[in-house]
Amino acid sequence: MTQTNAIPISADEQPWVLPDKGIVGMWCLIAAEAAIFLIFVVAYLYYLGKSLSGPTPAQVLELPILGTICLLSSSLTVHAAVTALRRADVRRCSLALGATVALGSIFLLTTAQEWHHLIYEVGLTIQTNLFGTTYFSLVGLHATHVIIGLLLLSAVLLFSLGGHVTAHHAERLEVLSLYWHFVDAVWIVVFLVVYVIGR
Amino acid sequence: MATSTTALEAIDVTGPTSQPPGPGIVYQWLTTVDHKKIGLMYIVYALLFLVIAGVQAMLMRIQLAVPNNHFVSPQTFNRLFTMHGTTMIFFVAVPVLFGFGNYLIPLMIGARDMAFPRLNAFSFWLSAFGGVLLYLSYFAGSGLYGAGSAPDVGWFAYAPLTSKVFSPGHSTDYWTLAVLLSGIGTTGTAVNIVATALCMRCKGMTLNRMPLLVWLYTVASCMVFVVVSPLSAAQIMLCLDRYLGSHFFDTQAGGSAVLWMHFFWIFGHPEVYILILPTFAFINEIVPVFSRKAIFGYPAMVAASVGIGFVSLSVWAHHMFTVGMGPAGNTFFVFATMVVSVPTGIKMFNWLATIWGGKVIYRVPMLFSVGFLFQFLIAGLTGIMLSSAPFDWQLSASYFVVAHFHYVIVGGIMFSLFAAFYYWYPKMTGRMMDETLGKWHFWLFVIGFHLTFDFMHIPGLLGMPRRVYTYEAGRGWEVWNFIVGIGAIVQGIATLIFVYNLIHSYFRGKEAGPDPWDAWTLEWATTSPPPDYNFAMEPTATSARPLWDLKHPDDQDSSYE
Repeated sequence: MTQTNAIPISADEQPWVLPDKGIVGMWCLIAAEAAIFLIFVVAYLYYLGKSLSGPTPAQVLELPILGTICLLSSSLTVHAAVTALRRADVRRCSLALGATVALGSIFLLTTAQEWHHLIYEVGLTIQTNLFGTTYFSLVGLHATHVIIGLLLLSAVLLFSLGGHVTAHHAERLEVLSLYWHFVDAVWIVVFLVVYVIGR
Repeated sequence: MATSTTALEAIDVTGPTSQPPGPGIVYQWLTTVDHKKIGLMYIVYALLFLVIAGVQAMLMRIQLAVPNNHFVSPQTFNRLFTMHGTTMIFFVAVPVLFGFGNYLIPLMIGARDMAFPRLNAFSFWLSAFGGVLLYLSYFAGSGLYGAGSAPDVGWFAYAPLTSKVFSPGHSTDYWTLAVLLSGIGTTGTAVNIVATALCMRCKGMTLNRMPLLVWLYTVASCMVFVVVSPLSAAQIMLCLDRYLGSHFFDTQAGGSAVLWMHFFWIFGHPEVYILILPTFAFINEIVPVFSRKAIFGYPAMVAASVGIGFVSLSVWAHHMFTVGMGPAGNTFFVFATMVVSVPTGIKMFNWLATIWGGKVIYRVPMLFSVGFLFQFLIAGLTGIMLSSAPFDWQLSASYFVVAHFHYVIVGGIMFSLFAAFYYWYPKMTGRMMDETLGKWHFWLFVIGFHLTFDFMHIPGLLGMPRRVYTYEAGRGWEVWNFIVGIGAIVQGIATLIFVYNLIHSYFRGKEAGPDPWDAWTLEWATTSPPPDYNFAMEPTATSARPLWDLKHPDDQDSSYE
């Protein structure tokens, strides 16, 4: 309080710097989304081993190694895209964005493959038992977020290929990259809960 | 009160704005992204639903006024209390508070709009359509064969009553989807409020100079992220159960009904604090202005609000003492609930200390604020009674609980809201609300309120359960229920006077001028109503009371900071 006396704020001399509203808004959204995921995770853990009939996670789930590696490394590529755009290197940014979209798509494909296996070969659906209910809703909720992220990233990729993205947009791309990092971080939790603890 | 316009001209020299007449106005309001227009739409929308839900309350009180009454059918009664609760919380209290927030926050921090104007409009229309969807259930609730009906599962919709087996038709789906929509809209607005408060402040408005109203809205919005999301998640689960046949709350497949209770109350209890913090915010602005003193203990107020926000996240299961959580769980939630009263007490004492020694001016906003202080205290005391698990075992789901939370919501939230209406109406419309009608409204409402909700505690103590459709004579409940019914009618009349005053003053009210209350925050530095761009020049805040500094150049707040 006494400090304000010593340094009077004058409009001309001191720059008035406030946080970027896009970043703040995205952090708020992430907080809200994290709470949604938390509830689904709690439901998953609460219903572990409470299914009245099979199949159980240990019988049917395999570790999704390839998908996990792809999704986690896509965090690095999206970070590279933001860094490149800050340096006004649009070509490198497009390249990194393309890699992110490709890696994210591979992850989605592995999830789709797993679901196909569970539904058509094992016969586990959301209606089968509590494991099916919680598994499909938690993994499905995450996959929905991956799809939304991929759509947004693809849109940016198209813009940058069309030459509409410049270094001015680095802040905005950073907002999107924050979301993508969040989706990846959630996957670590889902991976641990569903495939490590849950099996 | 004296207004020193010369000081105000230093900040703003805008003229009155004129709107183009004709059908363009409708289009303008439908497509607007202006925070003031969206705020007003929120408020008007909430008032419409207030009248609807108020009529539902009246019908219930008429039904319960005498024993063995058959004024409405039992089915209708179930729908009435479900729709009354859902409407009042999701489509009256939340929108009206966010409406005031939308209108006031940018003005108070010297900004031209919210951080994300289009997200703002999106959130409003989502909430608005949520309310419309809820009421469409009256026409289409049971499907396509004509005889529609509204949801009848209670406002907290306990499982497994909400499952497809026990609630056939679509009425419960309408409830779920309407609440889900409202939740998404609420989250959107909360994101907007936090981003606005952090990123849009005018020069010199540091966080420790931000008006308390903005602080409290920010705390409440941060709570929305972690509190409304669980409700949205639970609604998604309920949708999956009802549409895709999953088993989250299906007890026959091993699902748990208690899990729904936890998920709902993780939302449900902090929601009360999300509603009460903005109303604390109104009191924080109104009490100092009408006591002619700066708020007592600004940092303590901020700290107490943040404290309430944190502690209130760990009290939800006091709604579930009768479920049987075991001694450890019960003890924790009893303790956490009682702890909430500490920061709330700090606020109470700070308000009293603000009034203490001030030159108190009893205009209508101050009357309602004093009513708030008194009634909120009593509401808090019955809250502490109920927080004790053994006491709650006796009275859970009785009319004592109903009386307690209506004391909070009507005696606290509604009174503070009325104060806010009388206080900021001049800013929003450019005209003062009628003082005489306002006093009629206040006194009638106080009498009606106390008739209804003081006496509602007694049938609760005598064992009357909530949600009963009717009751036998000779249990000692008749007199009390009759008095409660009379009080409801008095409150209804008072509310009609209020609505009449709102409309009457819009056309016939006295011109307000920019600063009718001689107040100190920045919204009073611009014209009433403010122009689209709020401030012609960006204001600069030199202290927590920028307008005081302008009006009293020889006695600046900034020299005491």
